[in-house]
Amino acid sequence: MTVTYWVTGVLVCRPVVKPPAFEYVAAASLDEALACRTEHEDESVVLAGGQSLIPLMSLRMALPSVVIDIGPIRELAYIRDTGGGVAIGAMTRQRDLERSDLMAERFPLFAQALARLAHPAIRNRGTLGGSLAHADPAAELPTVAVALDAEIVLRSVGVERVLSAADFFRATMTTAIDPEELVVEVRVPSRWERRPDRTVRSSFKKLARRDGDFALVGIASVVAISALGTIEDARLVLSGVGGTPVRARGAEDLLRGTEPTAATLTAAARRAAADLDPSGDLHATAEYRRRAAGVLARRALEEAVA
Amino acid sequence: MIEVQLVVNGAERRATVEPRRTLADFLREDLVLTGTHLGCEHGVCGACTVLVDGVSARSCLMLIGQASGTEITTIEGLAGADGFHPLQEAMRDSHAFQCGFCTPGFMMVAVELLRDNPHPTEAEVRAAISGNLCRCTGYQSVVAGILQAADGGPAHRADGTGRTATDAGRS
Repeated sequence: MTVTYWVTGVLVCRPVVKPPAFEYVAAASLDEALACRTEHEDESVVLAGGQSLIPLMSLRMALPSVVIDIGPIRELAYIRDTGGGVAIGAMTRQRDLERSDLMAERFPLFAQALARLAHPAIRNRGTLGGSLAHADPAAELPTVAVALDAEIVLRSVGVERVLSAADFFRATMTTAIDPEELVVEVRVPSRWERRPDRTVRSSFKKLARRDGDFALVGIASVVAISALGTIEDARLVLSGVGGTPVRARGAEDLLRGTEPTAATLTAAARRAAADLDPSGDLHATAEYRRRAAGVLARRALEEAVA
Repeated sequence: MIEVQLVVNGAERRATVEPRRTLADFLREDLVLTGTHLGCEHGVCGACTVLVDGVSARSCLMLIGQASGTEITTIEGLAGADGFHPLQEAMRDSHAFQCGFCTPGFMMVAVELLRDNPHPTEAEVRAAISGNLCRCTGYQSVVAGILQAADGGPAHRADGTGRTATDAGRS
């Protein structure tokens, strides 16, 4: 979008990169934020870290009437051991998630993915809840959430809903969040937790032109290895190959119960690529994404079982 | 309009502004601190990077309401009473800028890096600055300048005077 005007006889055409006018609400509490959502519904947007929302507003692709800033709600930022996994508040900054000792110990996949997410300045402000709610098909955290069988907790006035990550992501940049709801928490169950009595290994791979760019293809993988050294179970979840995170179920089935040899890993990676039906765009063709997915899957698995 | 109050380079500032004002525009237009630059205004180039409560952030990706109650450090806040910040001297000595448009953004990122990691490897420097774009230098001199400013680099003068970037970060 551009504006055109005359400046002393010269026609000037410059892009508009400022947000349009809106009502700003700095919510002091979750109750206030939810009441505001109920009042304004589709006319409102929720501002968490702002690293995706503010560019959309500046480029005038998002035109909300009301911006509800949930940044002041400190109670929404936390990382807690729940005894059977971890609960993470939606406003937890990506930076804090990346540096958390608890997460590094239990679910290192987060730090592996976050190291490749944009740049430090973005991660200093961006949040877990915001990234999931934004649901960019190239994003890292949605694939991590799906890979770890995470649950997303949604609140509206008087109501709490819990959805599996798989059910939460519906289409490109479209989630199950209703207009009067907020994402408040992400629950990561103990299923893929790294524990002394259990070998769980993870790997995150991302193909991008430059460090920190949006992924052309990304993959989050987690593998549980039995005491005998066989693959008990695995999750391979891809970004950039569909509107939502894509689970390579065929590849996972091939891996289950096998010895992690070069042959089994290669076969699984090949299967992961073959099962894909990606779209092409300006940044990469469908065929390129498919082939890259196969290569990344193999590298992710090799790293995970090494 | 909303009321905001924030500390910028050590000074408390208050204003009544439109909530759609970004922190970048507030710094440049309302406070006339034009050292923070606008390259892309959608978070990609890093020219607008400042420190918010001590950590780097894209000021074009913050609404002024979000910045209310915080402490902001811009490029104008780096030099002290006794002269340039050691990082500024090192960047100058390494010819780490040409047109200078990207430079404030690189500086704020480097201040954060050297505070948190006084002895970065070249790879760590490159990773830290990967979010800042420069069209002039080709980055080699920028990396050299940051490494020079790091603890133990030539920021120490032969006569024992001169502070490192890490010393400055602690003061």
